Amino acid sequence: MIDLKGYGPALLEGAVVTIELAFFSLALALVLGLVGASAKLSKSRVAIGIATTYTTLIRGVPDLVMMLLFYYGGQVAVNNLSDYLYDAYDIDFFFQFDPFISGVITIGLIFGAYMAETFRGAFLAVESGQIEAARAYGFSQWRTFHRIILPQMLRHALPGIGNNWQVLLKTTALVSIIGLTDMVRVAEEAAKAERMPFHFFIPVAFVYLSLTAGSELFIKWLNKRANVGVVQGS
Amino acid sequence: MADSAPLICKDIHKTFDQLEVLKGISLETKKGDVVSLIGSSGSGKSTFLRCVNMLETPTSGDIIVHGDPIRFTTNRKGERIPADNKQVELIRARLSMVFQSFNLWSHMTVLENIIEAPIHVLKVPRKEAIERAEAYLEKVGIYERKDYYPAQMSGGQQQRAAIARALAMEPEVMLFDEPTSALDPELVGEVLKVMQNLAEEGRTMIVVTHEMSFARDVSSQVLFLHQGVIEEQGTPDKVFDNPDSERMKQFLAPKF
Repeated sequence: MIDLKGYGPALLEGAVVTIELAFFSLALALVLGLVGASAKLSKSRVAIGIATTYTTLIRGVPDLVMMLLFYYGGQVAVNNLSDYLYDAYDIDFFFQFDPFISGVITIGLIFGAYMAETFRGAFLAVESGQIEAARAYGFSQWRTFHRIILPQMLRHALPGIGNNWQVLLKTTALVSIIGLTDMVRVAEEAAKAERMPFHFFIPVAFVYLSLTAGSELFIKWLNKRANVGVVQGS
Repeated sequence: MADSAPLICKDIHKTFDQLEVLKGISLETKKGDVVSLIGSSGSGKSTFLRCVNMLETPTSGDIIVHGDPIRFTTNRKGERIPADNKQVELIRARLSMVFQSFNLWSHMTVLENIIEAPIHVLKVPRKEAIERAEAYLEKVGIYERKDYYPAQMSGGQQQRAAIARALAMEPEVMLFDEPTSALDPELVGEVLKVMQNLAEEGRTMIVVTHEMSFARDVSSQVLFLHQGVIEEQGTPDKVFDNPDSERMKQFLAPKF
């Protein structure tokens, strides 16, 4: 076993932070993605406009810039709001933007935009006859969505979701910049202190690699389940 | 209202953008009627059928299902829309439809396809829905395929499963939208046979079809549509053997 010079427990804690960050961000991204895709496919011009602005903006700005903007800018915004509420309404409201929350919000927002595109494509890939049959049998809109559209859409969306998830997982490394003690941050400190970069960064690389490899297997299994009823072309 | 007509359509018009596809179609059915709608492509027969269960909202005209008229209102853009979506859902559940391309839900097995709407729309208990589904699968002759997915079956089997799905709703009227047009010629017979049995049982059916022998031998009423109007209407004997309309004569004339 490699001697981690006493940094082992800290690295492990960092790895847990990385995983937590990734899962919370994924949840936010999935919700934003579904909402964004529904907005883009809706008939409301306002909804389409907002969703398009969102995805265009997010996809055009570097992840790192957004993260810095949210972490530093978000706190300034909260401070100003807090001062205003206190002065005007005597309401004592304060909210500390910690690096974890900033990270979840930023990564969730970024990947929500990508998920929105993935879901939009998947929605459109569901055959119209499937939806029409549901309507013709007296399904309400909600029932049509959750019994017919959602399960069929997932089949088309899963490869894209899997792809986004892998990139998201790696993007979490960026939060070390804004001071979250994730795995990368711990390794960076250890490497500096011990002057042994290989010694600390290579294990970190392996942790990422095993996480992505593990999720690849899981996604494959999900895909198999989602494709039930589909005859694969030979 | 036990003795009221299962379905009455009064002066149905449908316009898409500027194009008037239906120019006033009326239809009255009695219980046990089999109405065949025939005509060339683009005559409006499928559009009319889709208006009956509100997959398309008619621009004007009334639809009355067992004495229950569908209520309409107008939206802000001045388009006619159903006044009560719940009413439309209830009415659709009483008029089940069989589609040209089957439209069985591809992620469900045959049995799941058939019990889905009875359980969730009609609120039939699951056990009863399964018994009902199995009985209808038996009737259309594909009981042994109940656990197959649609993609694992031939077109003829899929369409028979779709007919079982329609039957499981125990509908007042069954709507068939060119049920054999997407089938290979050798599979058409098995579907027509099932439909003929249903007609003999006294089910009320409206069938859009290109199968002239079915229209002639099985239906009680034939409507010939041309460019959105009923050109010829009556019993099969009248429409096929002694039509008044020139168009109908041309339509029936040997093509080569």
